[in-house]
Amino acid sequence: MIGKSVPRVDAYEKVTGRAKFTDDMILNKCLIAKVYHAAIGNGIVKSIDTSEAEALDGVVKVVTFKDVPNHCYPTPGHPWSVELAHQDIADRNILTGRVRYYGDDIAAVVAEDEVTASRALRLIKVEYEEYPVEIHPRKSMWGSRPPIHLDKKDNVLARSNFFIGNVEQGLKDSAAVIKRSYKTPIVQHCHIENPISYAYMDKGRIVIVTSTQIPHIVRRVVGQALGIPWGQVRVIKPYIGGGFGNKQDVLYEPLNAFLSMQVGGRVVKLDVSREETFCNTRTRHSIEYDLQAGVDAEGHLMAKDMLAISNQGAYASHGHAIAANGLTAWRLQYACPNIKGEAYTVYTNAPVAGAMRAYGIPQAAFAIECFMDDIAAEIGMDPLEFRRKNLIQGYYEDAYLKPIAANTNGIFACLDKGAEYIHWDEKRKEYAEQTGDIRRGVGMSLFSYKTGVWPISLEIAGARMSLNQDGSVQLQIGATEIGQGADTVFSQMAAETLNLDISDIHIQTVQDTDVTPFDTGAYASRQSFVTGTAVKECAELLKKKILDYAKVLVPEETRELTLDEGWIFAGEDHLISLEKLALESYYSLTNSSVITAETSTQVKKNTIATGCCFVEVEVDLKLGKIKILDIVNVHDSGRLLNPQLAEMQVHGGMSMGMGYGLSEQLILDEKTGRPLNGTLLDYKMMTTMDTPDLKADFVELEDPKGPYGNKALGEPPAIPGAPAIRNAVLHATGVAFNENPLTPQRLIDGFKRAGLI
Amino acid sequence: MYDIENYYNAGTIAEAVELLKEHPEARIISGGSDVLIKIREGRLAGSSLVCIRDIKEIQGVTLMDSGDIYIGAGTTFSHITADPVIREYIPVLGEAVDQVGGPQVRNIGTIGGNICNGAVSADSAPTVFSLNAMLRIADGSGGRMVPVKDFYLGPGRVDLHQGDVLTHIVIPAREYQGYRGHYIKYSMRNAMDIATLSCSVVSRVNTEDNILEDVRITFGVAAPVPYRCEETETALKGMEIGEELYRRTEELVRREINPRDSWRASREFRLQIGGEIARRALQCTVESAGGDQS
Repeated sequence: MIGKSVPRVDAYEKVTGRAKFTDDMILNKCLIAKVYHAAIGNGIVKSIDTSEAEALDGVVKVVTFKDVPNHCYPTPGHPWSVELAHQDIADRNILTGRVRYYGDDIAAVVAEDEVTASRALRLIKVEYEEYPVEIHPRKSMWGSRPPIHLDKKDNVLARSNFFIGNVEQGLKDSAAVIKRSYKTPIVQHCHIENPISYAYMDKGRIVIVTSTQIPHIVRRVVGQALGIPWGQVRVIKPYIGGGFGNKQDVLYEPLNAFLSMQVGGRVVKLDVSREETFCNTRTRHSIEYDLQAGVDAEGHLMAKDMLAISNQGAYASHGHAIAANGLTAWRLQYACPNIKGEAYTVYTNAPVAGAMRAYGIPQAAFAIECFMDDIAAEIGMDPLEFRRKNLIQGYYEDAYLKPIAANTNGIFACLDKGAEYIHWDEKRKEYAEQTGDIRRGVGMSLFSYKTGVWPISLEIAGARMSLNQDGSVQLQIGATEIGQGADTVFSQMAAETLNLDISDIHIQTVQDTDVTPFDTGAYASRQSFVTGTAVKECAELLKKKILDYAKVLVPEETRELTLDEGWIFAGEDHLISLEKLALESYYSLTNSSVITAETSTQVKKNTIATGCCFVEVEVDLKLGKIKILDIVNVHDSGRLLNPQLAEMQVHGGMSMGMGYGLSEQLILDEKTGRPLNGTLLDYKMMTTMDTPDLKADFVELEDPKGPYGNKALGEPPAIPGAPAIRNAVLHATGVAFNENPLTPQRLIDGFKRAGLI
Repeated sequence: MYDIENYYNAGTIAEAVELLKEHPEARIISGGSDVLIKIREGRLAGSSLVCIRDIKEIQGVTLMDSGDIYIGAGTTFSHITADPVIREYIPVLGEAVDQVGGPQVRNIGTIGGNICNGAVSADSAPTVFSLNAMLRIADGSGGRMVPVKDFYLGPGRVDLHQGDVLTHIVIPAREYQGYRGHYIKYSMRNAMDIATLSCSVVSRVNTEDNILEDVRITFGVAAPVPYRCEETETALKGMEIGEELYRRTEELVRREINPRDSWRASREFRLQIGGEIARRALQCTVESAGGDQS
C-alpha cells in the first residue's frame, strides 16, 4: 500500500462539495462577531465610546479591551514546555488598549447579523495618543520610547548565536573573501479559506469549532487566555481550506470563546475577512542577512559568517524560532571548517509574523543560495560545480542539535537529475554571451530541511484503532488533514502494516479534543514521520491483539499465526477470516472483547530531507518581465508514501516558491505600518495564467529513521524556487538582485543601474 | 452579506431614469463588479440601488446603415469579445475587454459600467478614447451625445447627473474604417489584475507610400483620467514607417505622459514602460495593416 498512488480518501467528498468545512457546520442561527481594529500603528487608546454601537438595534454585545481578562498568553502552535525557560513568550491579550501595530484588536461587536455588526463597528468612537511608528528591525532594535513591549527595552525579542572553528582565522587563510547582503519580504500564506471559527457553551464548557492545524494546542491556549482549566475547553477541527502555518497559531479562537461566554453561551461566529487575514493574522518574517565567506584557491569554503535580523512585528507569536531555524540551516549541508552565525528577532510595528511553510528556511535559503551563486561568479566558477565541490556527500549531522542528521543524503543525485532535465551544461554555455532586449538564463538552488522539531521541541503523537464487526478498522489520529493528504497516507500506513486493503481503513477526519488522541498537529513536515510512527506502532499493536485473539479462538493451533489480506494464516493455511474473528470478538458468548489499540508515542528522531530547483527564464529587459520557460524541483524525501500526492505537494510548493521569487510581498505604509496591498487583487499571487508547466522529480532513498522509509516533504517544495529564479536572472542578465521578489519595478531599476536599458 | 438599503429593478431606460429621479440617493448597478466591491469595503455601504441589468434595449452591438457601431452600455465584456460586428470591424476593443479580470467578471461586467465607474485603469477606456467614441446618455427628456474625452472629469468622476443613464457607446464609421488598433495592458499578472499602465493605439497607414497617415495613442493610468497623447500624435502623423518612427514614438510619449509615483510603481518605471508599450502597440498596428516591417 505504501508507495502506491491510491486516490485521496477525501477526494469524492471534496469534489462533490459534501465535505463539511467550519462554515458548513453551523446548524442553528448564530450571532455574528466582528473586530474593531486600531486606525493607528503605535500608541494607546485614550478613550473609547461604544454607546452608539450598543444602542443600535440588533447589537447584542460590545466588548472592549477593558472587559477582557488582564493577563498575557502565548499564541504559537508549539508543544507546551513544562520548563519555564522554554515556554513561549506570552505577550498578548484578547483585546488591547496598547496599540502595537496598525489594525491591533481594540474591541469587538456581537450582533444578530453581519450588516448590523458592520454598522455597529462604524459607530464606535476611539481617541488615541500616538507614538512614532517603526517597521524596520534594524532601526527598532536600537530601542524606542516607550518600547513595544515593556519587558524588552531594546525591542529585541531574542538573540542567539553559535561558533564552529575559528571564522576570523578561516577568512584570513582564504584566497578570496566575499561579502553580500540579502533581504526577503513579508509574505502571507493566502490559504483559500480565511480563518473562521464559531463558539458556544455546552454543559458549562466552551466549545470552539475552528479552521486550525492544531486543535489540541488551541485547547490549551484558549484555557490559558481565558484563565480556565484546559479540560473546560473543547476544540473541533473539521476539513480546512489550507493553512500553510498561519493556522499553526492560535488566532481569534480565544476572542471567539470569550464572546460566546459574554452572551450566555450562544453560538457566535467569527469569520475573518481576507483583508483581516493579511493584516491581523500572521505573515512570513522578513529577514535581512549580512553574509561573509572565504574560499581557498580551488573554491573550497574556508569560513562563513551570517548575521540575520528578523522582523517579528508587534507580537511574539513563533518569535525567534524562525530566525534560529535559518541559523541551523547555515551550518548544515555545505562542508566548511569555520562557521559562525548570529540572529536577532526584533519587535516592530509591523503586522505579526509567525509560522509559514518551511519556517524560516525559504528566507535563509534565498540568502544562502544567492550567496553561493555570487561566490561562484566572483571566483569565476560554474555555480553547480561550486556546489558539488562544497556539498557534503553522504551522512552528516548537526554540530549542536543531536540527533538531527542526514541519515540518507540524495543531494548529488538530485542535482544530477535537475541538471540533466534543464540541460545545464549546454545552456550555461549557450546563454553566456547574449546581447539584445530578450535574454535567457538557467539557475539553480538547493536546500536541506529537518523532519519534525525534535530535539528543539517535543514530538508526540497518538493513534487509536478498533476492529469493526466486519473486519474493517477504525482509525483515529490527533494529527490533522489540512489539504496535504494526511488522512490518505495514514490510511495507507494502517493498511500496509495490517496487510489490509485501504478500503478496509476508515479514518476519522474531524479532530475533536474530547475524543481524538493527543497530537500537536500539522506543522514542521512532521506528521507522516512522527504521527506515522504512532500509526505504525498502533497498527502493530492491533495486529498483535488480533493474532492473540485468534489463538483464543483456535487454541489447538500451534503454528505461528500471520495476518494477510483479511485472513489469519497458520503457516500457509487459511485459519480464520478476519471478518469472522471480528464478529466473534463482539458477540462471542464465551470470549467477547472488542479489539482496540491505542498509542501515545514520543518520537526522539529527526532526519534531514533535501532537494533542489533548476529553472530556465526569459527576461524582457525593457518591460522588466520574467517568463519562466521551464522549472523542475527534485526532492530527496526518502521513500514516497503516495507518489501522486507527493507530486501534487511539490507542485503547490513550486507555485509558492515562484510567487516568493517573482511577485509576492506585503507592502507596508512607512508612516503607519498599514498594509498597502492587503487584498488578493493588490497582493500579487500568481494565477494559473502566470504559471508554467511544473515538473516534479524525486530521488527515493529509504530513510532508516522514517516509519516507512519516509522523511519531510510537506514544506520543502516551497524553498528552492525563489533563489533559483534569481540565479537564472543573474545568468541571463549579469545583474544580481539581492532582494526578492524580483518585481518588474526592481528589474527595471536594476537594469537601468547596470546600463542594460 | 451586503449592506444594501433598497433595490429597484428597472425594466426600461425610461423606468431607470424615473427611479433615479424618484430616489435621489440611489445609484445605478449593472453587473455589480465595481459597486458590490465598494459596498463590501464600506465606501458605498447602505446604498440604494437601481438595477439596469434587465434592460434589453441597452444590450448588444448594432452596425447601423451609416456604418456607425452602437454598443449597448449593458453589453458584457465577454459578449463584446465574441460579437461578430466587433470582431470584424473593431477587434481591438474585443481584445481589450477580454483582458479584464477573469472569465467570471467578464461574464457580468459591462462596458457601460467600466466607463461610468470612471477608473483610469478601465481596460475599455483607452481604446474607446482612441476610437473617438461618442456616449449616448438618456435623461428623461431629449438626452445628449458626449465625446468620451469630455466625459471623464477626474479619478472616479464622470459627467453624469442623478437621473442620467449611459445607454450606448457609439463608434462613428469615420473613426474606425481604414484603421487598425492594438491594446497593451501592462499589469503584474497575466490575469485577475488591473493595469499598472495601458496603451491603446489606433492608426491608419498608407501602405503605398509607407506613411503613417493618422494615429491616436491613449494611455490608461498615466494621468488622473485616460490620456490622449495629442502632441505625440501630431508629431508622428505623416512620418515614414520605420525604426525612426518607433524611436520618436517612445521618446515623445515619455515626454508627454505624466504618470505618478506610488507604491504600485514609480514614475520613472511607468515612463520606461509607457514608451515601450506605445512603441510595441504602434508597431503591431502598422504590421497588421501591412506596413513596412523593417
